[in-house]
Amino acid sequence: MGDGLVIAGLCKNFGGIQVAQDLTLTLSQGSRTALIGPNGAGKTTFASLLTGILKPTSGKIVLNGHDIGSLNEAARVKAGVAKTFQITNLFRDLTVRENLRLPILEREGRTHHTFRRADGWPDIEAEIFRLLQDLDIQSLADRPVGGLAYGQQRLVELALTLAVKPKVLILDEPAAGVPSTESHLIVEAIKRLPPDLSVLIIEHDMQLVFEVADRIIVLVNGAILMEGTPAEVVANTQVRELYLGAGHV
Amino acid sequence: MTMPVLSPPKPSRVHAVLGVLMPSVCVLIGAILAFLMFPYDLSFLTRIVIMMILVVSFDLILGQAGIATLGHAAMYGCGAYMAGLLALNVTQDPLLGLLAAALAGGLVAWLSGLVLLRTHGVALLMISIAVTMVLQEVASQARWLTGGADGLAGITIGPLLGLFEFDFIGQVAFIYSVCVLAVILVFCQILIRSPFGLALRGIDGSASRMRAIGTPVYRRKVTVYVIAGAIAGIAGALAAQVTGLVGIEVFNFSLSADVMVMLILGGAGRLYGALIGTLLFMVVHHVAASIDPFNWLFVIGLMLLLVVFVLPKGLVSLPGRVTRLWRRA
Ligand SMILES: Nc1ncnc2c1ncn2[C@@H]1O[C@H](COP(=O)(O)OP(=O)(O)OP(=O)(O)O)[C@@H](O)[C@H]1O
Ligand SMILES: [Mg+2]
Repeated sequence: MGDGLVIAGLCKNFGGIQVAQDLTLTLSQGSRTALIGPNGAGKTTFASLLTGILKPTSGKIVLNGHDIGSLNEAARVKAGVAKTFQITNLFRDLTVRENLRLPILEREGRTHHTFRRADGWPDIEAEIFRLLQDLDIQSLADRPVGGLAYGQQRLVELALTLAVKPKVLILDEPAAGVPSTESHLIVEAIKRLPPDLSVLIIEHDMQLVFEVADRIIVLVNGAILMEGTPAEVVANTQVRELYLGAGHV
Repeated sequence: MTMPVLSPPKPSRVHAVLGVLMPSVCVLIGAILAFLMFPYDLSFLTRIVIMMILVVSFDLILGQAGIATLGHAAMYGCGAYMAGLLALNVTQDPLLGLLAAALAGGLVAWLSGLVLLRTHGVALLMISIAVTMVLQEVASQARWLTGGADGLAGITIGPLLGLFEFDFIGQVAFIYSVCVLAVILVFCQILIRSPFGLALRGIDGSASRMRAIGTPVYRRKVTVYVIAGAIAGIAGALAAQVTGLVGIEVFNFSLSADVMVMLILGGAGRLYGALIGTLLFMVVHHVAASIDPFNWLFVIGLMLLLVVFVLPKGLVSLPGRVTRLWRRA
């Protein structure tokens, strides 16, 4: 059943504009796929269709043999598809620790508890601590997220989605806004992800893409222009003209 | 070599229990002082306590989960009618009255919440107002049950726990209401500290993020609405029991609006805020209305403006603000 996420004929219209045109692809288990394309190509829209934030006009989404296309967003996360937000979306008034506690409590099916303390499960507290350690943000644990630097918030954004322990992880420009001195933390974190996890990385930073992806999909105007290994994509003249720009030719 | 996993310092048990009990302890101390200082104003003090219960329940919705409604009177009113009808027709036991009222408030919250929590913003406000209006109209039309515009009168309540008769000065009524408030505060403190409470604050912070981590946001909202509705029903029942009257004005729009004003004045999201806001509003109302019965709203309006512009987190944030200014100086 480990055939991963299979997407077939996915379409989405906003009014008259087609932002997803018959997208068909497979994210096999353990793959590291990058989705690149110019601004407004429909990358975030595609990710939102996969996680259920948006409803497709037509098309199928199948995870390990189960059709998850009809599930709502929360159920789809539970089924195993989760994404980070391109624009940081966190609980700003809560501390980093509390932020991370929420997805873990939810994953463990404990958020309906009303008579136990939220911080009363040692296994969860230990997991929060490991997540903080992995991203090297232990020192921020008890600070409200709203008061952190943007780069630090990006790390929390990543940690929050990792805490869901998805089968398919979608990273929407994980390094956008992160100072270059800290972006290696994100690259390292991506490299350390469990090998059986399927990862889809939306990213403009080509260096990051080449470092982590074994396959690249180029999206232009809502349609897949090409799909291939990093070497194939770099060699493609159409991609160079359309995406990498004159400077890279 | 691996480092031992350091776990964060755990707050001590005593500390945690104190935190849960503190608002109730404050209320009890305040109530004892008030009881001794104003022995002839017990009915007014009891009204304050009942209003505190109502505002605390509203804090669960607006303060914790960030859902603004203008229809909290719906559940309060249903609780009041339920307690009144129960006492007139079935049993005069006060605690059974509270229980029935909690069920009534919770049921109304559940039925209306299923619809109104699917909406947001202005639509949600309007539906919550509409629900209350419909209930008021039903209460005024169903004369055979509710007494119509005349309401229910002559409600008598049996002794509390079979021991304490309600006296005409209102001592038992006051103590009874204070105890109910104290219990509800403990319940709310536990709720706020629970995973469910944390999830409510998460929904307030970002509902879209909550969905993205797998939380059934709508279901959680309905749950908190039902809990708050049940507590509001209890407040309504207390009012019916201690005054012996229920009229259709329990569904007045102004009650829902006052509840919101009291919470904003004190500070939404903090139980102390609900308590302080209610106390201030009721006392100012009482004093200002006895000086000038027509213009007391002016004073409340002025206070509200001051709070919204100077202390957006309400009066509870005042000490913190002052210390910060002090340190900077
Ligand atoms: N909710 C919406 N309603 C209408 N149009 C939308 C909506 N969301 C996105 N669009 C449009 O759909 C197109 C694709 O947007 P999308 O955000 O998916 O692009 P993107 O590839 O993620 O771009 P970027 O690199 O800037 O993040 C854009 O033209 C955008 O204006
Ligand atoms: Mg985007």
